[in-house]
Amino acid sequence: MSDFIGRRPIWSLVILIAIALLAFLVFAVWTPWMELTFGRKRVFLSALFNGITLGGLYFLVASGFTLIFGLMRNVNLAHGSLYLFGGYVGYSIGNLTGSWFAALIGAFVIVALAGMLMQVLLFRWMEGQDLRQTLVTIGLSIIVADLLLWSYGGDTFQVTTPDWLSGPIQLPFVVALRSNGEAVMMMYPLVRIAILIGAIILGVAMWLVLNRTRIGMLVRAGVDDRDMLSATGVRVQLVFIMVFAFGAGLAGLAGVVGGTFQSLQPGEDTKILLSSLVVVIVGGMGSIPGAAMGALIVGLAEQFGSVYMPTYAVMLTFVIMVVVLAIRPQGLAAVRR
Amino acid sequence: MALAEPRLAIATPRQREGLSEVIARQGTAFWIVAALLLMMPLIANPFWLVQILAYAMILGMIALSLMFLAGYGGIVSLIQMTVAAFAAYLVAIFGDSAITQISLKWPWWTAVPVAILLATLFGTLGGALSVRTEGIYTIMITLAIGSAFYYLTLQNYTIFNGFSGFNGVLPPVFLGVDWGSTVPFYYLALGCAALAYAVVVYVSRAPFGLALQGTRDNPRRMAALGFDVVAHRIAAYAFASVIAAFAGVLLVWYQRQVSPGTGGVGPVVDMLIIAVVGGLSRPIGPFIGALVYVLLRTFALDLLEAVGFEGKRYQLLIGLGFLVIVLFSPDGLIGIWQRLRERYRRGRETQAAQMRVGGGSP
Repeated sequence: MSDFIGRRPIWSLVILIAIALLAFLVFAVWTPWMELTFGRKRVFLSALFNGITLGGLYFLVASGFTLIFGLMRNVNLAHGSLYLFGGYVGYSIGNLTGSWFAALIGAFVIVALAGMLMQVLLFRWMEGQDLRQTLVTIGLSIIVADLLLWSYGGDTFQVTTPDWLSGPIQLPFVVALRSNGEAVMMMYPLVRIAILIGAIILGVAMWLVLNRTRIGMLVRAGVDDRDMLSATGVRVQLVFIMVFAFGAGLAGLAGVVGGTFQSLQPGEDTKILLSSLVVVIVGGMGSIPGAAMGALIVGLAEQFGSVYMPTYAVMLTFVIMVVVLAIRPQGLAAVRR
Repeated sequence: MALAEPRLAIATPRQREGLSEVIARQGTAFWIVAALLLMMPLIANPFWLVQILAYAMILGMIALSLMFLAGYGGIVSLIQMTVAAFAAYLVAIFGDSAITQISLKWPWWTAVPVAILLATLFGTLGGALSVRTEGIYTIMITLAIGSAFYYLTLQNYTIFNGFSGFNGVLPPVFLGVDWGSTVPFYYLALGCAALAYAVVVYVSRAPFGLALQGTRDNPRRMAALGFDVVAHRIAAYAFASVIAAFAGVLLVWYQRQVSPGTGGVGPVVDMLIIAVVGGLSRPIGPFIGALVYVLLRTFALDLLEAVGFEGKRYQLLIGLGFLVIVLFSPDGLIGIWQRLRERYRRGRETQAAQMRVGGGSP
């Protein structure tokens, strides 16, 4: 942290000022002048929270994507398909058992198994052949998309939120003042907050596992120098299969999460794939903190975009990507090799 | 640079040959195909001429621009379909269409060159943006640019007319010929495709193409020799974008309409599929791939229903076929053809001998 401040004093200052401004905007009671410039505070706050929670969802998808890429140099363009597959599987399990947690765990396990199969049957035979892997995953995504359309049809599905998570809760932020001086507090869906907390816990856990455990050490060593790792006697294939399964499982899990607070339908797979591509490009390939940063930026850009410039909301994310590419082609948090 | 020149000259003794020599060098298959294509209007009905052959040639041109980048430059760009769609949009915006409140009604000989110029500029800029990255990164970034364009066209109503796009874009009438009617349009597509093919073949052997292939094989050595690798790649993007832009103009005249779906993620990926299925090693590959793709799209429905499947599952068929080709023949259909021919040429004995000597090499 202090290292970063030492190296980039100006950027640190800019970031600090931005955080202070944001905190002021969130906690202060808005004056009529501010309401005039930024619109109503309720709108601003919900865009902010929606952006952050959407970032949580993107993080779940993109961290698996970037983990697989970082270790195996394998852009899995079927990652969006895994997401949608997980979502549908979770929907079915949720319908059968009536339990949201069963859906979450079931989707994770089943999609992780699918990922394992992909790694064992396809990718271990084309190690290092980037283009071929990419093409194979494109072919797979077409097939999976059509199979899902076949079995689930074109309808929109939503995973049912469990009772204890449904409904809004009150947040300690003042939205507006009533004429009698009474403060109106912010109400926000509990499920989104729960999912955000879940994503944060998962992200921290992943970071700890990667940086503080032996398995994490193996994975990081594999990212840096695969050949050397296998030369030291580690069964690299096993590490690969485990990481691929975990990354795929995360996509499946995210599918259920996405199905809970958005919806599932054909075409969602490409949308999620594109979002995670942008997230990973912005954040930097193969970096978990990068994925978190990118997910937050993209989620916020989408939500604020859709509130303040609805016509070009989706464009905004791509503009951000272009700017990042122009300044730091390797991504915000990536280490240049 | 001075050191590099003589080496290149040695590498390409056929570089400065006349047109007659080029024509004389072509094999029988070339002449048969050329004659067949030229006489096609005598044999085929309008449906085959326009819906199958002309459409395949247009898609083949877009895939050809992708093949030029991927095969000679080692750059797998997914932006080519977007460039074509952009050119198609510009023709509709500058020229005439049923959306009278947006179209500027310029005559075609102003609208088309401006459209091609702007689309080329767009493709070059996109290339310049992604050229600092390599391999899969390029695929991802060009895919992202392509989908940005898709969403722009989908959500912008003042210029791109949003979801519905433009319809009623008619091919021009000049020299007393209605270029939208069956036979002229077929020859127009054929002429453009043949020209694009010839130009790609020519450029691939010209100094620029050779330098580009050098940057594909060993960018570091080319840079050490004094070639500007990035500039060569951007120039390759510019060249490929011209072809894609021409194809885009033909595409809007073929479909008579253009909408966000023209440059959606599906068609963008389809173009990669076409180029890969046909084969990225030779310029004829994309056209073969496009023909196979168009035939599949047109007849898969009947085919599947004849076998007893639901006709809607043609996407599955395309995906499976693509997967099989990618898994078993990295060079696409051309690769399969070449391998079959090779196997036929070698006798059984030589093959057996090679297997003894060469071990398990594929």
